[in-house]
Amino acid sequence: MRVGVITFPGTLDDVDAQRAVRYADGEAVPLWHGDHDLKGVDAVIVPGGFSYGDYLRCGAIARFAPVMQEVIEAAHKGMPVLGICNGFQILAEAHLLPGALVRNHKLHFVCRDQWLAVENNTTPWTTRYDKGAEILVPLKSGEGGYQADQKTLDELEGENRVVFRYVGENPNGSRNNIAGITNARGNVVGLMPHPEHAIDALTGPTDDGLGMFLSLLDAVQVKA
Amino acid sequence: MSIDTVKNAEATPDQEQPYKELGLKDDEYARIKEILQRRPTDAELAMYSVMWSEHCSYKSSKVHLKYFGDTTTDEMRAKMLAGIGENAGVVDIGDGWAVTFKAESHNHPSYVEPYQGAATGVGGIVRDILAMGARPLAVMDPLRFGKPDAEDTKRVLPGIVAGVGGYGNCLGLPNIGGEVVFDESYQGNPLVNALCVGAMRVEDLHLAHASGTGNKVILYGARTGLDGIGGVSVLASETFDDSAGKRKKLPSVQVGDPFTEKVLIECSLELFEKGIVVGIQDLGGAGLSCATSELASAGDGGMHVWLDRVPLRAKNMTPAEILSSESQERMCAVVEPANVEAFMEVCRKWDVIATEIGEVTDGDRLVITYHDEVVVDVPPRTVAHEGPVYHRPIQRPADQDELQANTPDSLERPENVLELIKIMAASPNLASKKWVTQQYDRYVRGGTVLAQPSDGGMIRIDEETGRGVALSTDCNGRYTKLDPYEGAKLALAEAYRNVAATGATPVAVTNCLNFGSPEDPGVMWQFEQAVKGLADGCAELGIPVTGGNVSFYNQTGTTAILPTPVVGVLGVIDDVRRRIPTGIGAEAGETLLLLGETRDEFGGSEWAHHVHGHLGGLPPKVDLQREKLLGQVLVAGSRDGMVSAAHDLSEGGLAQTLVETCLIGEVGARVFLQGDLFTELFSESAGRVLVAVPRTEEQRFTDMCTARRLPWRKVGVVDPGSKALEIQGLGELPLDELREAWEGTLPALFD
Repeated sequence: MRVGVITFPGTLDDVDAQRAVRYADGEAVPLWHGDHDLKGVDAVIVPGGFSYGDYLRCGAIARFAPVMQEVIEAAHKGMPVLGICNGFQILAEAHLLPGALVRNHKLHFVCRDQWLAVENNTTPWTTRYDKGAEILVPLKSGEGGYQADQKTLDELEGENRVVFRYVGENPNGSRNNIAGITNARGNVVGLMPHPEHAIDALTGPTDDGLGMFLSLLDAVQVKA
Repeated sequence: MSIDTVKNAEATPDQEQPYKELGLKDDEYARIKEILQRRPTDAELAMYSVMWSEHCSYKSSKVHLKYFGDTTTDEMRAKMLAGIGENAGVVDIGDGWAVTFKAESHNHPSYVEPYQGAATGVGGIVRDILAMGARPLAVMDPLRFGKPDAEDTKRVLPGIVAGVGGYGNCLGLPNIGGEVVFDESYQGNPLVNALCVGAMRVEDLHLAHASGTGNKVILYGARTGLDGIGGVSVLASETFDDSAGKRKKLPSVQVGDPFTEKVLIECSLELFEKGIVVGIQDLGGAGLSCATSELASAGDGGMHVWLDRVPLRAKNMTPAEILSSESQERMCAVVEPANVEAFMEVCRKWDVIATEIGEVTDGDRLVITYHDEVVVDVPPRTVAHEGPVYHRPIQRPADQDELQANTPDSLERPENVLELIKIMAASPNLASKKWVTQQYDRYVRGGTVLAQPSDGGMIRIDEETGRGVALSTDCNGRYTKLDPYEGAKLALAEAYRNVAATGATPVAVTNCLNFGSPEDPGVMWQFEQAVKGLADGCAELGIPVTGGNVSFYNQTGTTAILPTPVVGVLGVIDDVRRRIPTGIGAEAGETLLLLGETRDEFGGSEWAHHVHGHLGGLPPKVDLQREKLLGQVLVAGSRDGMVSAAHDLSEGGLAQTLVETCLIGEVGARVFLQGDLFTELFSESAGRVLVAVPRTEEQRFTDMCTARRLPWRKVGVVDPGSKALEIQGLGELPLDELREAWEGTLPALFD
């Protein structure tokens, strides 16, 4: 399994995403924002951070990076793509996922261990979880409030496209407690919390996040 | 605009200069004239004034700081690869790794502009670490504020916390600890100290030298602007009434851009990796004045700088302004001519502006030209390293005896001790700091093994071997006020103990010494005593001070802050997997043991402060041999898997430690104590740690303590089935009530 991990100027969690891929016995392939090809990877992770300083609006500049044009094209052909935190914001800006991420309702950056419910375990990133399972992973963001119009929300709920939901107190004002969603085809997933920081209980709250990378391993192997 | 050149200075020897406004004294100005054999140019005056300021020259503290070097033996120095005088101290931690760490203050800017002041404090210390050739890996922030309910605290605290988080989070550096302390004396003088730790392979250590005639000096990073020019603006105020009207004044506090710094870090690390940097220096306080004079001074030749090549972000900046600007996110490198193109190539990859602004020369002068006119021509050492040295008057304050005589013995002790546990847990200084720390990313880079609210932060350095470091910063300003010598030792003892409580072996010390005005003989006495106490303490523990920072003039009117020598201790752990967590309940069936001795010690205690508003008497006794023994026992306990949790006892005593271990571990405990329960629970005797040991290891562990003559007592058991802290003879405190008390205070104050 070869998984591309994109680095934009200002990306921070690329090293973590690469480590998570390695923990799942995959090969992490660094992709640079200026690259014009995806180096033959099986899947792509758009990691967290502050791409281009989050100037203008989170993810608004990154979506125009050369490598994102390749990602958009590959996603439309069905390649598994995962956007974490800033990566989710970038995928939303790139219209691979609907809705937008706005400033947390309490206005502060929030870093905490967050319980999530797995609502959809049919995406290539979530098959290792039981539907309804609760996992504990870090959430760390200042602009993690998921917003979309009612029609989009109805669609997401109706089509089972909410992948993760916050359990307990809503940490950032996300509508319907949405923490992560997928596209209509189910290959692109974006979430605000950080599964790549929860792959080893030594350095994270749990290793609950590893399931996402192991799920991908299964998906890629099935395809092969 | 007319530029004051060396030629002009020679021709107009009697021209009046605003040296007083720039903070120079008559004799200092006279000495500059003597060095130069003429009056300085505006640009030279700007350089000398800022480099000879207290902040840059350490002119009041130098004679005292020397004591750190005098008391450091060769044995203590054995693991030190670089020490005081470099940008940051460097320690060999084994497996080929070198770790560098340093703390710095950004107190005054953070009072004026809390967000930017705190943000650029983080940015500055991170560049110091980068300038050693290391990858910055984590930050910590010891913060101190006035009364928690004061209006001004409500102004500065949220801004400072957001600034620390905003900058550090965007840089991708986990924040793994620090302090938040409230005391009235910090009203109008909040303390914002920032510590950064970084690592590199031993062979990659970079020092700030400008060696090799013909080598190029490259300025890279952000453009230079008018922010952070501060006092030097008096030189420009008259020159700039040009046709465009008066230039808008910019804030004297620098404005940070963490994105630029993140890119600068990655760009610099790639440059180091390619081995094309001869010398490197960050631009912090005093900007280019400092970087050029320090690089030239530390090298073996002179330097020529073409100031008009510096990329600017404002129009019509004078040479003095360009030299003094403290615009953030800039670095200066010395590069061999053959490598300049390779250097530029890396900078282009990262979209970092890089400009060749100078050259190392074979002379011994720092010559700076502006459009072919010489505006600076000085011996660089006189700017950077041979500033004034003051022997300030020292006088033990007249009321020190009275302060020490006013012991807490007569304070009324509580009838309801159980209730006091809850009251103290909710006091602002002891309350959970989650409101603050949850605004900081502690996970980024995936190496954080321990972070707040643990005693110390711990990060993994080597993913293969698991080698890592632990860090803690501590200081109790009330102890230091009562006895600065012992207080500094107590700060050292606590930081040392906190590191040991994680299972790491303490190896090196840094400091950030925050005091009032050095012109006050009483403050200088506190300073001298604190330096001696810290140095003597380090000698006793056998670990060196590798660097530090001094911040004076922290006072409002004539009232100084509590003397606050913040001490940072670095420890090494060969495998982070054997770290000791803070919360209990990880193993089924744990016994709680109290290591060390409890005496009736309440001078400077949190109880006296919170309940009685009292400060007097003497601080707790400190026994560093005992601290050392305690550290050895904890490390042995960790190595042999005998300890499942540990938490040090400090402010608030055993009561607070019990509350925190239960709440962090989310499990109850039954505690049985003997003697006077108030003293047992609230005394702040030093040299104590509460440990949880699995019942199967209890005998082995206590045998070890006995054999090593470390006093220990069984004080309780962890009770996995219970949701309360039960103190035999007093009663029960439900954990949810305790949590509400402990976690509710800061949100109620600042949300």
